[in-house]
Amino acid sequence: MQGTELKKEVVASSGSRAKRDQMNIVIIGHVDHGKSTVVGRLLADTGSLPQGKLAQVKAQCERNARPFEYAFLLDALQDEQAQGITIDSARCFFKSASREYIIIDAPGHIEFLKNMISGAARAEAALLVIDAKEGVRENSRRHGYLLGMLGIKQVAVCVNKLDLVGYDKGVFDAIVEEYSQFLAKTGMVPKAFIPISARYGDNMIRLSENMGWYNGVTVLGTLDGFTKELSLRDKVFRMPVQDVYKFTAQGDDRRIIAGRIETGAVSVGEEVVFYPSGKSSRIASIEEFNVPVKQSAFAGKSIGVTLETQIYVVPGELMAKSGQAGPKTGTQLRANIFWLGKHPLLGHKRYKMKLAGAQVPVWLKSIETVLDASELTTESNRQQIERHEVAQCVFETLKPVAFDLAPDIAQTGRFVLIDNYEIAGGGIITDQIETKTSMIAEHVTRRSEQWQRSNISAPQRAARYGQRAAMVLITGDAGTGKAQLAKALETDLFAGSRAVYYLGLSNSLLGVDSDIDHLGERDEYLRRLGEIAHLFTDAGIVLITTASDLDDHELEMLAMLNKPGDTVVVNIGPRRFNSREPDLQINDIGSREDVIIKIKEMLSEQKYLPEYNL
Amino acid sequence: MDHLETLESQSVFILREAYRQFKQLVMLWSIGKDSTVLLWLARKAFFGHAPIPLMHIDTCFKVPEMITYRDELARQWKLNMIVGKNTAALESKQTFPDGNSTRLECCASLKSEALKKTLSGEWPRWILDHTTGEYVRRVGGEAFTGVIVGARADEEGSRSKERYFSARDKQSDWDVGDQPPELWNQFKTDFAPGTHVRIHPLLDWTELNIWEYIERENIPVTDLYFDRGQGIRYRSLGCWPCTKPVESTARNVQEIIEELRSGKFANIAERSGREQDKEDGNGLETLRRRGYM
Ligand SMILES: Nc1nc2c(ncn2[C@@H]2O[C@H](COP(=O)(O)OP(=O)(O)OP(=O)(O)O)[C@@H](O)[C@H]2O)c(=O)[nH]1
Ligand SMILES: [Mg+2]
Repeated sequence: MQGTELKKEVVASSGSRAKRDQMNIVIIGHVDHGKSTVVGRLLADTGSLPQGKLAQVKAQCERNARPFEYAFLLDALQDEQAQGITIDSARCFFKSASREYIIIDAPGHIEFLKNMISGAARAEAALLVIDAKEGVRENSRRHGYLLGMLGIKQVAVCVNKLDLVGYDKGVFDAIVEEYSQFLAKTGMVPKAFIPISARYGDNMIRLSENMGWYNGVTVLGTLDGFTKELSLRDKVFRMPVQDVYKFTAQGDDRRIIAGRIETGAVSVGEEVVFYPSGKSSRIASIEEFNVPVKQSAFAGKSIGVTLETQIYVVPGELMAKSGQAGPKTGTQLRANIFWLGKHPLLGHKRYKMKLAGAQVPVWLKSIETVLDASELTTESNRQQIERHEVAQCVFETLKPVAFDLAPDIAQTGRFVLIDNYEIAGGGIITDQIETKTSMIAEHVTRRSEQWQRSNISAPQRAARYGQRAAMVLITGDAGTGKAQLAKALETDLFAGSRAVYYLGLSNSLLGVDSDIDHLGERDEYLRRLGEIAHLFTDAGIVLITTASDLDDHELEMLAMLNKPGDTVVVNIGPRRFNSREPDLQINDIGSREDVIIKIKEMLSEQKYLPEYNL
Repeated sequence: MDHLETLESQSVFILREAYRQFKQLVMLWSIGKDSTVLLWLARKAFFGHAPIPLMHIDTCFKVPEMITYRDELARQWKLNMIVGKNTAALESKQTFPDGNSTRLECCASLKSEALKKTLSGEWPRWILDHTTGEYVRRVGGEAFTGVIVGARADEEGSRSKERYFSARDKQSDWDVGDQPPELWNQFKTDFAPGTHVRIHPLLDWTELNIWEYIERENIPVTDLYFDRGQGIRYRSLGCWPCTKPVESTARNVQEIIEELRSGKFANIAERSGREQDKEDGNGLETLRRRGYM
């Protein structure tokens, strides 16, 4: 096999220096409390700025006749400098003796909360800045509250602008008292409170003589004191399937399941299970390009694996290890969410949920409480969730999804919601809700209650047409000629005087390749297909239709929507569903005439075409 | 994981996400060190393959060695190469080197305009035919909706504010004040017809990280980056009239790393050698809003 050639190249050298880790830190807090100044000063005082940068910004300020601001080192956009405000989070880079930092300077204005969240969600630790003179303000609290939701476990608080209050210990102590109490309610314990003056450099990288009363750590020291979360490797194994590759170029015959290991570790030979499908296999190899062959891989790595058996796995499934606690699967979950959308979050509107690798249609089922993240006051009886609100709600997906609870595994216990092409909110899952009925089942019950039945019964129709109605559903891999077969079958049955109809809705609308479903619309088309099928079977017709690669859940949904009509499944080639046997399995279409004969035999055996003579 | 492993894993994740979500996907390859690292990361992401086509906008004022190096790697790694250029501006000599435009105008026309029209398929594309080794002119190609770019946040102010996945409207305009949220490695992969997305897998990398990775992975780079005896080398590559070599005696990757870490460039910004940035104070933000990479 030439595939192994691709792995070789020149195997990487180990690098010439001691290994260092990397950490992302976000700077948050209320507008104008001095976040950008903290970052600018830190960069300047540690000599991390490019040569001449400080002089250049100072000269620019002089030219425009405005006082120099350290914040201008970060607020690089024209609008930001003109308004003296941070609009979007900036990344900047800085190294200490022990580590490489990416410092994310977030905006404090409520208008830019989505930008603050984009910045903060990348961070492992936070510095929260509070203006000593203004004290604790709305977004000091809101940002503090959101830390926990965003998955940030370490925070230190800088009480800034002590110069403006005469470096008074009393002012500092009062803020420490007030803000500690607030944080305690959110379950966060700050690592430190540091009195600083960012503008004048007090307690930034060395302790200041202006505050002899403080002998804790400096800002720089606090950063180095934050620790990496090491426990990720020790948790149970989770790898969301990001994609499945089969590159045939240069004779490569590997079928690679690619993804990033979020938690735990996995080794060659171990048995893995995919959720929600429940399929399992063993790891045959761990694949990476240009490295020596590996037997195991750990959390954090983007890798690929090959499996011992060729099972049908699709992007979006969650890979876990058998023998370890698996993720939960279900259609209903409770979550804490924050909403950033321009339009409110509404019930009865279809959204898209992206959870680890999965993308599924989702509905807001109920709103339990809405929280003001700044005041920590709650409201119930709300019909919708407005921008910047935090809420506890229940969501329902059409199809089962695999997930963990956020407190157990944050990486697979959170999701974003898409409204009209945009990420409009994020949530962390707090509970699974066990349900007996699905959305579809409830819908079918309601539908049959409301359906005005005519005076003609199903048996009367069957007698008239000399057949029992059914949906004949032809499924299997894309590109096997299912549509041609379906049409030929219709022609044949029609010629035999059957009341038959071929519905060509599926292929173009469902998309030929089932794995690529950009908008999560496949489910919606299948739902429509099911509804239409119900009309035809209710009218006594034999409906012939096709759909590629149906999985267990999709098949069940179609059959349920078609009720009380019957569904007959013909599968061509390998199949993705396990929960039922197809009524007819065809391995290869070969001669279409033969297949049509087989389908007709099956239909007559099952009494759909009773007086059909062989 | 050390910092290079962390950076690599994130970039690979972003590349795979882009490949999964966009059918009309292309990667820009400027031949420089950053986009060459990006190309290498693509081979990492796709297990030695390069399934995403590469696009190079040729201003025809590139240092000639760059083109030789481009075509050598393209043949060796079986890359699906697409070249685009602004033939009209070149033929009518509306360029800075010909003395007929400013540096900024020249960039806007030979790079931004050429890129925009080649991406959209309005202008011809030159495609490398691996059987003959020659480029073939093609017209009427499909528009690319996902464009992977090797921009780094440490390069300059407005780049420090970029998202990994950054939406552009029909005019390629970038609304810096109103970028979509991006969290927990969920990116903007849904987009309205007519808009497209730029993907930035290298945002978290610094210039030093790039060289450390080139060293670790043994990635071939053009030797324009090295001093070849005259005491000068290029620190960033571009068009010869606007990119000056820097004085340096670094002869190999190790020496460049030393120079960036503690030597003469430890505190000097990479783009200080580019002339077009100096023409107006906010040159690059203006260019970027209008589609410059
Ligand atoms: N006196 C004094 N002023 C300060 C100090 N730190 C910051 N400032 C001033 O406070 C103002 C706001 O500072 P920024 O750093 O822009 O505030 P910010 O928190 O980044 O603001 P946004 O990003 O817009 O939310 C500027 O005028 C700073 O000079 C300080 O320690 N002392
Ligand atoms: Mg700021």
